[in-house]
Amino acid sequence: MSAGAFSLRQASTGAGSPLLEVRGVAKRFGAREVLKSISLDIAAGEFLTLLGESGSGKTTLLRLIAGFEQPTAGEIRMAGERLDTLPPYKRRVNTVFQHYALFPHLNVRDNVAYGLRVKNTPKAEIGGRVDEALSMVKMTEYTGARPSKLSGGQQQRIALARALINRPQLLLLDEPLSALDANLRKQMQGELKALQREVGITFLFVTHDQEEAMALSDRIALLRDGALEQVASPRDIYAHPATAYTAQFIGQTNLLRGEVRGGVAICGALRWPASGSDGAAVFSLRPEAIPLAADGAAPPDAVRLCGVIQQQIYGGSSELLEVDCGNNQILRVRIPACGPLSGQHEFVFSAADAIRVRE
Amino acid sequence: MYSRIYKAIVSAPPLLWVGFFLLLPYALMFAHSFWAVRDGVLVHEWNLQNYHTLLSNPVYVGVLFRTMRIAASVMLFSLLLGYPLAYYLSFHAGPRKELLYQLVIVPLWVSYLVRGYAWKTILGSDGVLNGFLQYFHITHEPVGYLLYSPFAVVLMLTHIYTPFVFLPIYAALEHIPRPLVEASQDLGANPRSTFLLVILPLSMPGLVAGATFAFVLSLGDFLAPLLVGGPSGTMIANIVQSLFGAAYDWPLGASISVCILIITVTLLFMTERLEKRWSFK
Repeated sequence: MSAGAFSLRQASTGAGSPLLEVRGVAKRFGAREVLKSISLDIAAGEFLTLLGESGSGKTTLLRLIAGFEQPTAGEIRMAGERLDTLPPYKRRVNTVFQHYALFPHLNVRDNVAYGLRVKNTPKAEIGGRVDEALSMVKMTEYTGARPSKLSGGQQQRIALARALINRPQLLLLDEPLSALDANLRKQMQGELKALQREVGITFLFVTHDQEEAMALSDRIALLRDGALEQVASPRDIYAHPATAYTAQFIGQTNLLRGEVRGGVAICGALRWPASGSDGAAVFSLRPEAIPLAADGAAPPDAVRLCGVIQQQIYGGSSELLEVDCGNNQILRVRIPACGPLSGQHEFVFSAADAIRVRE
Repeated sequence: MYSRIYKAIVSAPPLLWVGFFLLLPYALMFAHSFWAVRDGVLVHEWNLQNYHTLLSNPVYVGVLFRTMRIAASVMLFSLLLGYPLAYYLSFHAGPRKELLYQLVIVPLWVSYLVRGYAWKTILGSDGVLNGFLQYFHITHEPVGYLLYSPFAVVLMLTHIYTPFVFLPIYAALEHIPRPLVEASQDLGANPRSTFLLVILPLSMPGLVAGATFAFVLSLGDFLAPLLVGGPSGTMIANIVQSLFGAAYDWPLGASISVCILIITVTLLFMTERLEKRWSFK
């Protein structure tokens, strides 16, 4: 975001080995099992997002890495060294808290300087590094202000500067954008991504917003009920969801439940060639993978289907249709905006786009 | 919104109360302090003689200073007991928190007098404490200065006012958002630095309020010195009481009361400023 950020750049750790290794980590609160044996590697310089619904355990995993909770089982290593046995103040990990947790009795400068101050950094050095950190988040004019006088977005920037000034090996972000309004949120997403590229620090980002996860991450780790559902890049996880849950959680999809028999998938009125073992099967078919048959040339493995348009929702650049293919089988279809449609239409999709997923 | 009659009816009782039971007595006290007693009769002659007597008589000044010393000691000791207790309950007691909180509060339900007499039986020459000391041959004769001394007064008042100090501090500590404590640790502060840089400053309003309670309440106390103070533990309120009673010198008593009132009001004014300075809402 600005000059001077170079000194914040992380000295690259040995390539190849992961920065953070989570090995079989479980966490129990009384009888409640919040995390069930999580294993996850995070590479140095990576932007990894823990995505999940509330209660999926994503914040708990973050707190285990920060040191605010102790794992019931398993271990966490950072740069090869055991991390989970250290108290939080000895970990080279910093956190941006959900509601920022800025110290209300300290002004912006003292908030940002806090980490250096408690480590007895020389005063002369603190001054320079605070200015650097504040200019990085474009907050140099607010040094004397108390946090309560700042807007949500400004507090957010201070929280970032306060964490990054310590040059952590790993930055944890606990839903940092959730308290901001939609426009500011989009803007901060862009800034956050740019900042991460600039400083080269590994980011572990927690969110329940799949769009945010898609926009920011190098990889997404999807959590469900305390277990990892899938870990993959945004493009991969969207194009090749492993499970029905993933397919539904990341973007919109049609889940087609049916069976595969002799190389043919049968779901209600629909049939198409499918590989894989025979038996009950679930397929994910994205709405945008089902264009109107009239539009352009059909692919060689095209599957044609006829349906009656039940509902049309206009979304600016696109239209979302609900199409009844008979036998109460409803497909959601997204096509480029084309004006009102009604009655029966023919649609087409490629058999390769129907991804077989686990239930 | 509301009619004038409604407003008048609603605000009349508190205004009358404050007027009759607060402002009027204060005015009377203030006036009395400038009057005199001649031949056992109160005469309404305006003069400054009472204040002159008060400031020139070493007995009154001495007792006033002793009172302030006792009040300051009580404040200090109840802070030393109340703060760690509140800190422990708020941050480290875990599931025992509720029970311990009740245990701190329970003594407030016991009459002040009963607690005073309890200290008499504990501290007296043939009291529990002396019996204990002799039984274990720590001393061979009763320790006399345990009872009827400033020490006994400080002890009893500390016992009584520690819950009053504990409560506002505990409330202040409970209001510190826990993510702030986590943020401090996260930024590399060990528990000691976290306490000194985050918890203590944020609990200052409670600490100041508690300290004020202990000091002001002790300053005007006359039962503790009466029960366990003895001649060497006499406090200023005892002087006032005897001046209004046996000595029948209301004007002098009133002038002492005015002095105590001025000290108290000044103190309250200062602590309010302090509390404002330390609040960050």
